[in-house]
Amino acid sequence: MKATVYVTIKQNVLDPQGSAVQGALHTMGFEEVGKVRIGKYLELELDTNDRAEAESRLKAMCEKLLANTVVEDYRFELEG
Amino acid sequence: MAQQLTAKEPTAEQIADQKIYTQFGVTDHEYELICGFLGRLPNYTEIGVFSVMWSEHCSYKNSKPILKKFPITGPKVLMGPGEGAGIVDIGDNQAVVFKIESHNHPSAVEPYQGAATGVGGIIRDIFSMGARPVALLNSLRFGNLENARVKYLFENVVSGIAGYGNCIGIPTVAGEVMFDESYEGNPLVNAMCVGLIDHDKIQRGVAKGVGNPVFYVGPATGRDGIHGATFASVELSEESEEKRTAVQVGDPFMEKLVMESTLELINSGIVLGIQDMGAAGLTCSSAEMASKAGNGLELYLDEVPQREQGMTPYEMMLSESQERMLFVVAPENEAQAREIFERWGVICAKVGKVTDDGRLRLFHQGEEVANMPVTALVDECPVYNKPSAEPAYYAENGALDTTYEEVTDLTGTLKQILGSPTVASKEWVYNQYDYMVRTSTAVQPGSDAAVVTIPGTRKALAMTTDCNGRYVYLDPEVGGAIAVAEAARNIVCSGAEPLAITDNLNFGNPEKPEVFWQLEKAADGMSDACRALDTPVIGGNVSLYNENAKGAIYPTPVIGMVGLVHDVNHITTQRFKSEGDIIILLGETKHEFGGSEYQHVLHGKNEGRPPQLDLAVEKTLLSGVLGAIQQGLVASAHDLSEGGLAAALAESCIGGRLGADVNVVTNLRPDAALFSESQSRILLSAKPDQAEQLKTYLTEQGIANAQIGVVRGTDLTININGNPGIAAPVEQLEQVWKDAIPCLMK
Amino acid sequence: MKFAVLVFPGSNCDIDCYKAVENAIGQEVDYVWHTATDLSAYDAILVPGGFSYGDYLRCGAIAQFAPVMNEVVKAAEQGKFILGICNGFQILTEAGLLPGALLRNKDLKFRCHSTLLEVVNNNTAFTNQYRQGEIIDIPIAHGEGNYYCDDETLAKLQANNQIVFRYKAGANPNGSVDDIAGISNERGNVVGMMPHPERAIDQLLGSEDGLRMFTSILNAWREQHGAAVNG
Repeated sequence: MKATVYVTIKQNVLDPQGSAVQGALHTMGFEEVGKVRIGKYLELELDTNDRAEAESRLKAMCEKLLANTVVEDYRFELEG
Repeated sequence: MAQQLTAKEPTAEQIADQKIYTQFGVTDHEYELICGFLGRLPNYTEIGVFSVMWSEHCSYKNSKPILKKFPITGPKVLMGPGEGAGIVDIGDNQAVVFKIESHNHPSAVEPYQGAATGVGGIIRDIFSMGARPVALLNSLRFGNLENARVKYLFENVVSGIAGYGNCIGIPTVAGEVMFDESYEGNPLVNAMCVGLIDHDKIQRGVAKGVGNPVFYVGPATGRDGIHGATFASVELSEESEEKRTAVQVGDPFMEKLVMESTLELINSGIVLGIQDMGAAGLTCSSAEMASKAGNGLELYLDEVPQREQGMTPYEMMLSESQERMLFVVAPENEAQAREIFERWGVICAKVGKVTDDGRLRLFHQGEEVANMPVTALVDECPVYNKPSAEPAYYAENGALDTTYEEVTDLTGTLKQILGSPTVASKEWVYNQYDYMVRTSTAVQPGSDAAVVTIPGTRKALAMTTDCNGRYVYLDPEVGGAIAVAEAARNIVCSGAEPLAITDNLNFGNPEKPEVFWQLEKAADGMSDACRALDTPVIGGNVSLYNENAKGAIYPTPVIGMVGLVHDVNHITTQRFKSEGDIIILLGETKHEFGGSEYQHVLHGKNEGRPPQLDLAVEKTLLSGVLGAIQQGLVASAHDLSEGGLAAALAESCIGGRLGADVNVVTNLRPDAALFSESQSRILLSAKPDQAEQLKTYLTEQGIANAQIGVVRGTDLTININGNPGIAAPVEQLEQVWKDAIPCLMK
Repeated sequence: MKFAVLVFPGSNCDIDCYKAVENAIGQEVDYVWHTATDLSAYDAILVPGGFSYGDYLRCGAIAQFAPVMNEVVKAAEQGKFILGICNGFQILTEAGLLPGALLRNKDLKFRCHSTLLEVVNNNTAFTNQYRQGEIIDIPIAHGEGNYYCDDETLAKLQANNQIVFRYKAGANPNGSVDDIAGISNERGNVVGMMPHPERAIDQLLGSEDGLRMFTSILNAWREQHGAAVNG
């Protein structure tokens, strides 16, 4: 099974990278751009066919290591 | 998913018939020689291996006649050019190891990774000698900083250097950055590393002891940095597209682990020979190690750790994947070596064996896929004496008058020069580098040379990189000599005795006779200066073919110099220290604006002749100033360079947050007295009760010296023959100087 | 008194911390690997700066799971002195020994230079040799030192006097909340800070204002153990 995990900085926490990209896009003329948030994208290959089990273990991985829940949110998708 | 490349490698006959070797940069003549050495036609892997071993980068086939000019020996030189890095004795059974290397072309394509892997490569050169790297330096050239692409390159090169050096924990303590249109599209990124070693720990890259196993250390090999020629000969498809050579990516964390484990291995005393895999990776390291030992080497390519599937022998041999080393130990020490790497979490694989047949033999999937004489690979590449011709511009410049119309707004001119990115503060750059890790940095970036203390002793090392490409362009011989002399001046101003240099010859296409002439003349000038100042060349690097749409870059032979501070009490910086200190100018000022910052800023030109240099005068100046510093007579010392006396005074004031009252007595035009870049000049300050003693000493040593003022107040005031010249609050000058680069980079 | 300097793969201020203990206070000190499972011999634990595990994923994220960290948690519970510097601070927050998190510097750049700090709380085992409100010169070198915590946590830190150092007003180099440069846990025996006191123990290298952090720790330990205190 393949999992994709998205980790982003919480909405209420300053994301200086996102602000920098937003500024750059504006100076390039892409004025329609509102808020920009930068995050991480992870691909994990999981050696299991049990979807429920995979989900609960992924949640644990995110909580323990992949995201720092003090400042980051996460979500994941499972395919296969 | 990409499958294995379906197209077959061309056969030996196809390579010959279709002259495929020319795509590797091998000439017809060289191809014939290779056939002669093999006694048959080379196959695809073999021609690949020969082509990299016979490239300029590995063989120095075009620059050998040039490199022969350099003095490479001296009483303190323990190892000269030829190994990973040169070594100089510093007493107490210790030695300093250093080398500079370029990563210009990779940085032009991918500035972050190009610069980062440049730093990684030079660090490996140092620790593969057994030395502990203690400091990093760099020398950078970019086009005009107003240009958006230049900003992008500058920003990312600096951050690549920072990213690698900061992570591995070696302080980046000094460097230089210059901006000139000449480098547009072809930035120069030269990185230097300095290490410390005990004499008995010095390693060599030799494959010693027939029958001994050869080990590969570091991350798995991928298709990084393989010459694109591989794909010129197969039909392009989606699959081959995906397999195209990738930009090398640095992993400083892995290098930290490789460095610590390698140093532990070397300290255990069991290593017989070790070399890093730099350019041309496995090919160059294996062939050179065999050659230096007079042995042969067999490599079992199936044992090479591989990151990608279906790699061919050609790809494995030519990959430039980073952070890898090759070493030899006796069979009975294999387990001990493996244990060390296992503990550090670093891959270590037995990939070969030392043989006595003098051949490099490669095996893959049960077959011998290459068999070449080692000496042919390493020593038999033909050496070319390229034609040389004086370029027309040289004579034309000699006839030019560069005295220029007198400038009267001297304060305005000083501000213009201080705000020019080449002269302006480089704080924006070096604040991104961790220059303090290892807690040995006694003089931080921003002074003439950095100083790093040697733990457990009273000694320290001073180090600097220098070269003014404008001078070298205008007169390569004088410019080359000035680069060495200025480096020595910087070292002496920090309180150290110059020891030796490493050089990075950044030039254009040597097949152009005018470029080759620049190379020859610059080497002559450098050699003269090295002899006069007793600073032999202990190693270096050659980077040719640095060209952009407008032609060759300015010839830029960057000098990396290291000096020894005999006692930390001698450490001296450029900033003024105390109110009331006396300011003394050493040396003679002439009306010399050729190649100057004044010329660049006011006239937008680089023309005429550069300032002249008298090596005997320089030698006297340097030994006298070092003597004065060692006697404790000097409060501050600053080399006069870009921007001349006025810029030097401003920098000393800004650094010390103090003003100065100066009156210069001169026959020259005021603007020449202030901004001329005459050589062999140093600005000193001394405590009021020591100034007389200092002047007497300098006069006895035969050094021209003039008391020109006193450190005082918060303004810099420079009068010429009693008439007002420059007057400005130091704070204002500081703002111009400090804001220039950050403003441009916003 | 005996110090441990932890060594993770990628630590690079371990040597500097070791030298600082030796040179500043002349106490016993050992390097202790990330794989160690016993810290009972040590009175103080220094978690040094660097790039543990390359700082990949997040600074300190991977290091928090090294075997030695279980022992660090135990030592914290036992009231031993634990000081995390730079990457060490990041590891301690990731491990939950200190509240909050360290984000990228506001200007996105790695910054290395001397900074002026205000000693906000001199009533800790790490700062008892400073005066309250004293301004000291300690360098920083980090890309991710922008301390963040939510308002509730900040109010608690303030109320409990857990803010140990602030950047001098107007000189915050990274955009941290409330100018925070260093904090302690509630009990006061665990401190994390971004600036590097171990780089400020020798005037030859620019400052010796960090020296008193080490003498403070020794002083606190001696008081705890009823030993005579050296002035």
